[in-house]
Amino acid sequence: MSSLPLAVARRRHRRGVRHTLDVRVSPYAYVAPFLLLFCAFGLFPLAYTAWVSLHDWTLLSDEHAFVGAANYVTLLADGYFWNAVFNTLSIGVLSTAPQLVLAIWLAHLLNRPLRFQTLFRVSLLLPNVTSVVAVVVIFSQLFGRDFGLINWVLSWFGAGAVDWAAGTATSHVALSTMIMWRWTGYNALIFLAAMQAVPRELYEAATLDGASGFTQLRRITLPMIRPTIVFVVVVSTIGAMQIIAEPLLFSASSGAGGVGASGGPDRQYQTLALFVYEQGFTKFDFGYAAAASWLMFVAVVLVAGVNYLLTRRMRGGLA
Amino acid sequence: MRLRYLTLVAVVFFSAFPLYYSVVVASRHNSALAQVPPPLLPGGNFFANVSRVFDTVPFGLALLNSVLVAGSISVAVMFLSTLAGFAFAKLRFRGRGALLLVTVATMTVPAQLGIIPLYLLMVKLEWTGTMYALVVPALVNAFGVFFMTQFLSRALPGELLEAGRVDGCTTWGLFWHVVLPVARPAAAVLGMLTFMSAWNDYFWPLVVLTPDNPTVQVALSTLASGYVNDYVLGLAGTAVGTLPLVLVFALFGRQIIGGIMQGAVKG
Repeated sequence: MSSLPLAVARRRHRRGVRHTLDVRVSPYAYVAPFLLLFCAFGLFPLAYTAWVSLHDWTLLSDEHAFVGAANYVTLLADGYFWNAVFNTLSIGVLSTAPQLVLAIWLAHLLNRPLRFQTLFRVSLLLPNVTSVVAVVVIFSQLFGRDFGLINWVLSWFGAGAVDWAAGTATSHVALSTMIMWRWTGYNALIFLAAMQAVPRELYEAATLDGASGFTQLRRITLPMIRPTIVFVVVVSTIGAMQIIAEPLLFSASSGAGGVGASGGPDRQYQTLALFVYEQGFTKFDFGYAAAASWLMFVAVVLVAGVNYLLTRRMRGGLA
Repeated sequence: MRLRYLTLVAVVFFSAFPLYYSVVVASRHNSALAQVPPPLLPGGNFFANVSRVFDTVPFGLALLNSVLVAGSISVAVMFLSTLAGFAFAKLRFRGRGALLLVTVATMTVPAQLGIIPLYLLMVKLEWTGTMYALVVPALVNAFGVFFMTQFLSRALPGELLEAGRVDGCTTWGLFWHVVLPVARPAAAVLGMLTFMSAWNDYFWPLVVLTPDNPTVQVALSTLASGYVNDYVLGLAGTAVGTLPLVLVFALFGRQIIGGIMQGAVKG
């Protein structure tokens, strides 16, 4: 007769242990798939890049001799590396700066009760849905020297046929156009999301005081969405420093033949990421390419950091 | 006001025109491109050009590969991100804050940085040339986890979980019966964003795949990089390879835009 309460107590105890296990331990099981995959394919490659970069590591040899900083020393004296740094910065500035100004302005235009709001938003995002390959194929045709639509339009104004892919400046303009076309609308929507969170009363008060639309943009909107501007500037900078698919495909589809890792016959638009690709996957010099990746990472952190500080300090000029 | 609409109409034009013009070129014969002025209306050659695409590269296989890869990645990302997002948003455990911080921090690390070791890893696993190399590393990512964490911490009321506990639900039971139904709209948006980026992914597939077993984007780049400049062929392929996605986007555009704008407020 007295065994019944005992069994109940034991069952309760067992349930208690199971409950404690469930509450204390099971959360780790929920994040485990993410963390395991992330460590294997996210963090491990990052650390391993540093390791590879300190070795003489090519596809052909099985022996990977430790060479210390030799790859880095060679890189810093490599003219092609610095050429790639210049091209990356040039294309980065040309594509990012006008893009962000344009995106803020478009968001400002959309931040009102408007008809066809959805149509405008969908068409802003249309270029972003288009794949990089499609963008470059389409724009290589538009920027074609002989039969391109852009040269045809320019000829109305008396311009001669521009060989866009051939020159340094012209190829940078062409590539920046492709990047801007793909990303301006996306960033405009992000700015629009931030603008919609700005309290309406601020604008009503400003309108009563007789402030123009442009003044309201400068004095109210921009200071209020500054965190988003900082965020977008940093993300765009990180993206711009890694541009690779556009120049890689541009040389192929503008007539150079083959997938061109050199970024044009004179390397006139070889970016840093493309330089890494050329060393790693056409010359199979993994050690050298890994060292270049790390220097690229340092460059990304530097440029993104500088832009972060600049955008944050802009407050003084805006408010 | 009129200026505003005019500007926005110009934006619609510049967004849509390159896509429209690619269809124009794709439906013409190469000789038509040499005309002055260039053709501005579609011609009747589209299907002939498309069948030329299928003759030049294994485009059917590429479409199948892309559907399988993007589909399985999307399903996995939706499920695993919701799982981890639930734990980060609503469960208490040691190291939760630190793990979440690491997750967010790594979203800013350039993906290019790890590409060489990742390739060496794929060689070791003998996955180069196979779809495993595309799918396995992409099964879950920091952005998805962060996106679902943000959504669930806002949208999932604590009382609902308490009530479930009182009714004797285990944590897994809570996930299955309470969290999943609440997470569904955000997971759908995440799934669509993931599908689009997996479909459009070019650089990593180019590195690990071979031209005889490509995804759509790799096949397109093969088409575009012939020694003879065949724009018509390249753009016909582009039209077929982009069309499915534009269709999805036209159907779900509103939700996708909502998702992007929601995710953006984090800034």
